[in-house]
Amino acid sequence: MASIYDYPSQIRRDILRMVHKPQSGHPGGSMGCTEFFTALYFDVLRHNPSAFTMDGRGEDLFFLSNGHISPVLYSTLARSGYFPVSELSTFRLINTRLQGHPTTHDGLPGVRIASGSLGQGLSVAVGAAQAKKLNGDKHLVYTLHGDGELQEGQIWEAAMYAGAKKVDNLIATVDANGQQIDGSTDEVLPMGDLGAKFAAFGWDVMHLEHGNDLDAVRAALREAGTRTGQGKPVVIIMKTAMGHGVDFMAGTHKWHGVAPNDDELARALAQCPETLGDY
Amino acid sequence: MHPYTNQGSQDTRSGFGAGLLELGRSNPHVVALCADLTGSLKMDAFAKEFPERFFQTGIAEAHMMGMAAGLTIGGWIPFTGTFANFSTGRVYDQIRQSIAYSDKNVKICASHAGLTLGEDGATHQILEDIGLMKMLPGMTVIVPADYNQTKAATIALAAHHGPAYLRFGRPKVANFTPADKPFVIGKADVLVEGTDLTIAATGHLVWEALEASNTLAAQGISAEVINFATIKPFDTEALLKSVTKTGRVVTAEEHQRHGGLGDLVAQTLGMHRPAPIEMVAVNDSFGESGTPAQLMDKYGLNAAAIVEAALRVRNR
Repeated sequence: MASIYDYPSQIRRDILRMVHKPQSGHPGGSMGCTEFFTALYFDVLRHNPSAFTMDGRGEDLFFLSNGHISPVLYSTLARSGYFPVSELSTFRLINTRLQGHPTTHDGLPGVRIASGSLGQGLSVAVGAAQAKKLNGDKHLVYTLHGDGELQEGQIWEAAMYAGAKKVDNLIATVDANGQQIDGSTDEVLPMGDLGAKFAAFGWDVMHLEHGNDLDAVRAALREAGTRTGQGKPVVIIMKTAMGHGVDFMAGTHKWHGVAPNDDELARALAQCPETLGDY
Repeated sequence: MHPYTNQGSQDTRSGFGAGLLELGRSNPHVVALCADLTGSLKMDAFAKEFPERFFQTGIAEAHMMGMAAGLTIGGWIPFTGTFANFSTGRVYDQIRQSIAYSDKNVKICASHAGLTLGEDGATHQILEDIGLMKMLPGMTVIVPADYNQTKAATIALAAHHGPAYLRFGRPKVANFTPADKPFVIGKADVLVEGTDLTIAATGHLVWEALEASNTLAAQGISAEVINFATIKPFDTEALLKSVTKTGRVVTAEEHQRHGGLGDLVAQTLGMHRPAPIEMVAVNDSFGESGTPAQLMDKYGLNAAAIVEAALRVRNR
C-alpha cells in the first residue's frame, strides 16, 4: 500500500520524464506544486476517479487555472486512477489526450475545463460553486492559480463577485512562487500584498509559508475546508519554490517552460527516488 | 406581393425576454446571467420570477462568460445577456477557451447588434460579431428576423446541446413570423418563391427583403426571399436549391461584408455552384450616431438598397 509520502518524488519523476521526451512543457511550476497536488488528490478531495462525470455531482471539484503546469495535473490524475499511468508517455505528442494545456476536447477523465489562457479558471469555479448550491450539493470547489496569473483582470472580476455574493463553498489557492516567465514577479509587475487585496474583496485569507511541506499543505487545505460555509470564499496564499525537489532547478524562473536535456534529466532523476514505479 | 403582414412592430430583444421567461417556467434547468443590462435585455421578468436562477454579475462580462461555463458543470443551462459588442469582441478569448473549446452548453444572447443600436454610435454598434462567432468550431450562430422568431429561437436553444450565439437588436421592427411557428436550428425558410433571383437575408434585413420583393414584383422581377436565421450550421441545401433555379443572389445583413452572411453565401456558391452575387452589408467601415432609420439609409441597409442590388445582379 502506497504511503502519501511516496507520491511527491514519483510525481516529480513523472513531470521530468514527461517534459523531457517532447523537449517541451513547464516543469518549474509543476514541481513547485507537487505537494499541493499530492495533498489535494490523495488526502483532501472527495472524488471518484474510477467513475468520472463532467457534472461532478456529489464530488469535490478542482479547476487548474494556470493550465501550463499540466504535467503535475496529468501525473496526479493518472496516479489517482483517472486514466492509465502509461498514457503519461504521450504528453504533448501528436494525437495525445494529454495536450500541452488541459482540455476537455479529447475526453480526458479528470479535466472539466480547458485552461492555458490565464485568468479564466476562477470565474469557471465560481459558476461551478453556484451550480453546487443550486443542486443542494454540499461538496466544495477548489482552484489553483499562479501568482503571476493574478495580473489578469478577470481574476479580480471573479474575486469581486465571489466575495460580494458570498460564494463560500470555494477554496482558491495561489501558488506564490514569486516567479513568472520574464523574471521575478517583483521585477515584472509587483503585486503588493496579495492577502490584503483578497481580504479587501471580501475573502477569508490564509497564508501558508511552507507550500513544499506536504503535511503543512494537508493541514492548510483541511483548515480551509473548516472555514467554508461562513459567508466568504477562502483563499490560501501558498509560498512555494518553483522547481522544488531538484537542486539546480529550484527557486529560479529559468525552468518555467524549459525541459531538461539528457544529462540534466539524469542528474534530476537521481535526486527523486522512484517510489511507486515509473510509467 | 408577399403574403406577410406586420402584426405590430416589436423589438427582437423583447422576443428574447419573452422566450426566456417561458423557458424559466417550462425548463427548471435554465439559469440566466446579466452584466448590468437587465432592462435593456428584457431579462427583468425572468429575474423577478426566478431570482434564485438569475445571476447579476455587474459590469464584468469576462467573468460572466467563465461563470456561465462553470454553471454547466452540474447540469444547468445558462443564458448570458449583454450587448452584442460586449458578448463577443470584448470576451472572445473567454468564449473561445472556456465555452467553445470546452464544449460548454452556454447560450450567449446578444442585444443591440449592428447599426440599429442608433445614437450611442460606433463604440457599441458591433458589425463584426457574426464573423467572430461563426469562426469558432462548434458554435451555433442564430440571427432571427423578428419578435416571434427571436422568442421561438430562444426556446429552441434550451433543447439544443452545445455553445450558441443568439443575435438580436434594439429597435421595434415588423413582426411577421407566425407566433406558433417553431424554430428549427439549421433550417432556412423560403418566405417568398421566385424565379429571377434569390435574396438571402438575415436578421432585421429579412423584412426589408420582403418589402424589396414587392417593389421588384411591380417591375416584373420575381425574387425568391430566404430567411437564413441560422448562420451556422448553414443550410447549404436551401441556398443551392434556390440558386439552381434563379442563378443569381443578393445577400442582405446588418453586418460587415467581411465575415457575415454574404461571405458565407459566396464561399458556398464558389465551392458548389458559382453564380453572380451582390452584397447588401456594411463595406469595411465603422458606424456612427444617428437614428436607426437614418443609419440604415446612409449605410445602404434597407429595402431600397436591396432593390438596387437586385437590379445590379440581374444585369450581370
